Amino acid sequence: MARSAPGLLIALAVLVVALLLALTLGRYPVGLGDLLKVIEAKTTGHPSDVPAAAVSVIWQVRGPRVLAAVLVGAALAIAGTAFQGLFRNPLVSPDLLGASSGAALGAVLGIYFSLGVFAIQAFAFFGGLVAVAAVYLIGSAVRARDPILVLVLTGVVIGALLGAGVGLVKYAADPYNQLPAMTFWLLGSLAATSAADLVPLFAPVAFGGLILVALRWRMNVLSLPDEEARALGLPTGPLRIAVIAAATLVTSASVATAGIIGWVGLVVPHIARTLVGPDFARLIPTAALLGGGFLLVIDTLARTVGAIEIPLGILTAVIGTPFFVWLLAGVSKTWS
Amino acid sequence: MNIDRRRLLTGLSTTVLMPRLACAATVTDATSRVITIPDKVERIFAAGPPAAILLYTFAPELLLGWTRSPEPAQCAFLGAGACDKPEVGRLTGRGNTTNLEVLLQLKPDLILDVGTINDTYVSLASRVQEQTGVPYALLDGRFDAVASLYRKLGELTHRSDQADAFAHYAEDTIAKIKGRIDKIPDPQRPRVYYARGPRGLETGLGGSINVETIEFLGAHNVTAERQGGMATVSMEQVLVWNPDIVITIEPSFAAGVKTDAAWAPVKAVQTGRVYLSPRLPFGWVDFPPSVNRLIGLWWLAKTLYPDQFPEDLRSLTRDFYQRFYHLTPTDAQIDNVLGGQG
Repeated sequence: MARSAPGLLIALAVLVVALLLALTLGRYPVGLGDLLKVIEAKTTGHPSDVPAAAVSVIWQVRGPRVLAAVLVGAALAIAGTAFQGLFRNPLVSPDLLGASSGAALGAVLGIYFSLGVFAIQAFAFFGGLVAVAAVYLIGSAVRARDPILVLVLTGVVIGALLGAGVGLVKYAADPYNQLPAMTFWLLGSLAATSAADLVPLFAPVAFGGLILVALRWRMNVLSLPDEEARALGLPTGPLRIAVIAAATLVTSASVATAGIIGWVGLVVPHIARTLVGPDFARLIPTAALLGGGFLLVIDTLARTVGAIEIPLGILTAVIGTPFFVWLLAGVSKTWS
Repeated sequence: MNIDRRRLLTGLSTTVLMPRLACAATVTDATSRVITIPDKVERIFAAGPPAAILLYTFAPELLLGWTRSPEPAQCAFLGAGACDKPEVGRLTGRGNTTNLEVLLQLKPDLILDVGTINDTYVSLASRVQEQTGVPYALLDGRFDAVASLYRKLGELTHRSDQADAFAHYAEDTIAKIKGRIDKIPDPQRPRVYYARGPRGLETGLGGSINVETIEFLGAHNVTAERQGGMATVSMEQVLVWNPDIVITIEPSFAAGVKTDAAWAPVKAVQTGRVYLSPRLPFGWVDFPPSVNRLIGLWWLAKTLYPDQFPEDLRSLTRDFYQRFYHLTPTDAQIDNVLGGQG
C-alpha cells in the first residue's frame, strides 16, 4: 500500500490540475473569477453579474466538453488496462477486438444515411458492440490450443474487414457533404459535445467501469497463464467474457461520443503501471484518473491553440508515438 | 475552320497525336494546353459534378451521363429525360470511379472537366488524354469566371452563340448584384458564419470554395483570418465570433439551433437570422461548385442585404430554372426549394 497511495495521489493531482486549467482556458474568455461566480450563482440561486454568454459557455459548452473529455479518457484507459491484463500483452489497446472499427463503420453509415447526431452516435455505439460480439463468437467457435491467440487474430481480421467497409462507404459517399463529415468523425473530436451527450456517455462508462472494478481481484489471476489460473480454481472462460464485455461497453460509448481516439488506451495504462504497479485493484482507479487527466489536457490544447480545432486523434498520436517507441525499446525488460 | 499552323504545331508538341486530327480545330483550355477538338462534338463525358452540371445547363443532349445519378428529389427539378442518363462515375477530383474502358465504350468526342487548376489536375488531364486519345479540356471553375466558362464551352462545342446567352446572363447577374453591394459601406456589411456538419461546427475557412460566394458578396466571413479549406471549430470560438448571420446547408442543424442552449447567446440565433440554404436540384451556396451557385448568389444577396434587394426571389428562381435547368417549376415546387427542402 505504501506504493499505491502516492501513485493514486499523483494521478488525482494530475486530474485536478487539468480540470482547473480546462475550465478556465478557452477561446471564449471566462476566467477563474467568473467561473467561481457562475458556480456560486448556480448553487445559491442568486443571480450573478457574469454575462449570459459566459454562463452559457460554462454550463452548455465548456463544462459538458470537459466532463466528456474526462469520461472518454478514463474509459479508454481502463479498457486498455483491462485488455492489456487479459491478453497479457503490453502493446494491446482497447480497439484490439474491433470495437473502434465497428463503431467507425456504424458512424460512417449513419453519416451516409444523413441521420441526426444521436442516431449517428447510436450507430457507432452498437457498431462497436456488434463487432466485438462477432469477433468473440467466431474466435470461440474455432477450437484451438491457444484461445487468446485465436481471439486476437480474429480481432485483427474482422477489424481489417470493417476497415474495408468504412472505405467502401466513404467511396460511395457524396464527396462534398458526407465525405468531409466522415473524415472529421474518424479523426476524433469533442468539439460538438453538448450537455445532452453526457448521459448516453456516462451510463455505459459507469456500468462497464463498475464491472471492471468489481472484477479487480480476479483480473489479477487472469493475467497468469490459463493453466495456472485454472489451477487456482478460477473459471477463465466466463470471466474473460465479462471483462471483454465491460471493456467493449466503455470503449464503444466513448468512441460514439468522441470518434476514434488512439493511444490513450495504449499509453495511459503503462504510465499507471509505473506509478502503482501491476495490481488491478490500484491500477484501474489510477488509470481512470490519469486517462481522464491526459485526454482533458489534450482536448484543452485542441480547442485553445487556434480558432480551428486540432483533431484529437492527431494530437494523441503526436504525443503517443514517441512514448510507444520508448515502450517498444524497453518492453523486453518489464514483461515476460 | 481557321487552322493556324503555329497553334496546331504547339498543339502537337503539348498534346498527343489524335486520330481525328485531320479535320480539327484547336482550343486552349485553362491550363494553356492546346487541345484539338473534332468537327462534331456531340458526345461529352463530364469528368465530375461541376462539369456535368455546367454541361447539363448548356446543352443536356451533349451530356453522356451523370457522375452520380441524381436523387428523385433532384430529378423533379431537372428537365424531361435528364434522369434517364446513366451514372458514369467521376474521372477526377476526390477519387476516381470511372473505368477508362467504360469511358471509351461511351465513345465521347470530348472529356470536359471543370474545377481547380493545379499541377495534379493538369497532369491527370494530359494522362487521360494520352491513354484514351479523347481530347480532355480542363476549365477553371472559380465562381467569378463563370461567364468565360460558358464562352469556352461554346468554343469547345462550336456553339458560341448559344454560349453567349448564358455568359450574358451570368455577367448581368453578377454586375447587377455587385453594383448594389459596392455602395454598401463596410460597417453595414454583416459578419457571417457558414455552418456545416450535423452540429454546425464544420465551416469553410477564408478563401475556401465553401465560402466563395459569401466572400464574393463582400460579407465578412468570420473565419477569414484563417485561410484554408474546411475545418472544425469549437462552440466557444463561434461564441467569440458572435456572427450576425448564420448560413447553413444542414436541415437538422437549422431546425435544432433555435432550441439549442449552447447556441442561444449567438447574435444570429437571437435575431432569428439563421438561414437554411436551398439545395434543389443542386446546392445554392457551395457544393457542387458549378453554375448552380449563380441563383444562389441572388438568394445570398437578399439574405445578407435584404434592404438592397427587393426583388421577388420566386420569379428569379423560375426564370433561372427555365434557362438553366430546362423546366418551369410550379409555385409549390419553388416554395419547397426556397424552404430548403431536399
